[in-house]
Amino acid sequence: MELNEALFQFCLRRGDDTHVLSHRLGEWCGHGPVLEEDMALTNRALDLLGQARNYLQYAGQVEGKGRSEDDLAYLRNERGYVNCKLVEQPNGDYAHTIAKCFLFDAWHLPFLKAQLDSKDEQLAAIAGKAVKEATYHLRHSSEWMVRFGDGTEESHQRAQQALHDLWTFTGELFETDEVYTTLQQAGIVPDLGPIKEAFDRTVNEVLAEATLKRPEDEFMASGGRKGQHTEHLGHMLGEMQFLQRAHPGAQW
Amino acid sequence: MSDVKNLEERFQERIDDEQKIEPRDWMPDKYRQNLIRQISQHAHSEVVGMLPEGNWISRAPSLRRKAILLAKIQDEAGHGLYLYSAAETLGVGRDQLIDQLLTGKAKYSSIFNYPSLSWADIGAIGWLVDGAAIMNQVMLTRTSYGPYARAMVRICKEESFHQRQGYEIMSVLASGTEEQKAMAQDALDRWWWPSLMMFGPNDADSAHSAESMKWKIKRESNDELRQRFVDRTVQQAETIGLTVPDPDLKWNEERGHYDFGPIDWDEFWNVVKGNGPCNRDRMKARREAHENGRWVREAAAAHAAKKAARKTAA
Ligand SMILES: [Fe+2]
Ligand SMILES: [Fe+2]
Repeated sequence: MELNEALFQFCLRRGDDTHVLSHRLGEWCGHGPVLEEDMALTNRALDLLGQARNYLQYAGQVEGKGRSEDDLAYLRNERGYVNCKLVEQPNGDYAHTIAKCFLFDAWHLPFLKAQLDSKDEQLAAIAGKAVKEATYHLRHSSEWMVRFGDGTEESHQRAQQALHDLWTFTGELFETDEVYTTLQQAGIVPDLGPIKEAFDRTVNEVLAEATLKRPEDEFMASGGRKGQHTEHLGHMLGEMQFLQRAHPGAQW
Repeated sequence: MSDVKNLEERFQERIDDEQKIEPRDWMPDKYRQNLIRQISQHAHSEVVGMLPEGNWISRAPSLRRKAILLAKIQDEAGHGLYLYSAAETLGVGRDQLIDQLLTGKAKYSSIFNYPSLSWADIGAIGWLVDGAAIMNQVMLTRTSYGPYARAMVRICKEESFHQRQGYEIMSVLASGTEEQKAMAQDALDRWWWPSLMMFGPNDADSAHSAESMKWKIKRESNDELRQRFVDRTVQQAETIGLTVPDPDLKWNEERGHYDFGPIDWDEFWNVVKGNGPCNRDRMKARREAHENGRWVREAAAAHAAKKAARKTAA
């Protein structure tokens, strides 16, 4: 596989991961369980959206066909989106949202730290800014996992259920394919081994403190990186892309 | 009796002397109640106001616009927090105030009972609703109660940002495609009159005004603020080629102000009473958020208690 094509795909994946999760978090805006959390989720949505824009702008540059961040976000179909399935899952209750964030953060932070050493300067620079944000995100989601697990019986159950429902989507975070190995050989993306170790450590530590059980690794879902998603993504894009599709070429 | 009278006289002297009243200072009970009502109503408005704008986050037409909108709504949540804190200095808790909102005892600005129906409404809300709010809030930076005045200084900076961003959305739409222009004009048509109503009833009919003016909680009348808003906004509409939906609107050389047509106060009172297009939806959304958040807040409290107990045990 050509390096440039692999880099383009990687930027789309990261752009879609962060954008889709940001979009889900934006759905909470005005509906959070308490005003401070409303703000914290919006903050996180903004951080992720900023990262998404960096990746998508860079993807457009790498591709070299003049596509903008908005062309890539608003004019690609469901089958062209390459985010992992975890981030597109509906918000559910607050435990689901927090557990989704926690699993994402536990992978995202060590990944970004490793990305700091990327041979691709632009990716290293994006990680440089995002590491600080992801550090805060992981702290926030970890704290809530502990509050839920070690809170009331209801919150414990809800958090355990959320982990159970979402665990199947964590496998995709550690998949490799031709895109990934091409970039890894060029020193552009990191070895996933140490990232998986860091993920396991974080998950085990936080869940232990939360007195929650780590789900068994059984069936792991896949397909997001090939544009084969759960049914939820299509609805999200239908809403997200409506104005751009209804008014082709208009400026906003 | 005469002691209280003395206290009240001294209080009024301080007000007249432009001294700020601080939480620990003596104040007449009616001053305190008046402030609690006004500040909490203001806080509730910030929070309920997140809903019509939140309605367009998932449909924002570009990533840049989405980021700006998210940041704006987050600012509004922050305003809600400052204001609840300011109200708390008067001896009433946030829980209690939120309870008053959810039971319908406390009000919020009626403007948020109108629906946001197109992307242009996000422009119109920033331009007109934040624009009208600023008129009031700039005045409140000089209000007599210290914590309220200081909260307003912080808030005003952000509000004028919101107003400019909203106007920018409108100006881009107004110079866009025919459909975009129509969208912008339609939004102005729908939001204009409700924005004028935001300043409250005419001075002659305003229930709380006289007392608020005496205590310098308010420092300018509803009609004065409304006139300032009209004067400024009409020119902004002209600049971007939109038409203010008022056939009576006319520059009055003698007054140095725009004359404008009569406001439909029946509509205003009807919305205040709960019959606006979105009153029920707004309250339902707030109640659901509160109810769905109950177990979350309980979990946080339970965990904090367990942690504290472990600390003392250790
Ligand atoms: Fe505000
Ligand atoms: Fe605002």
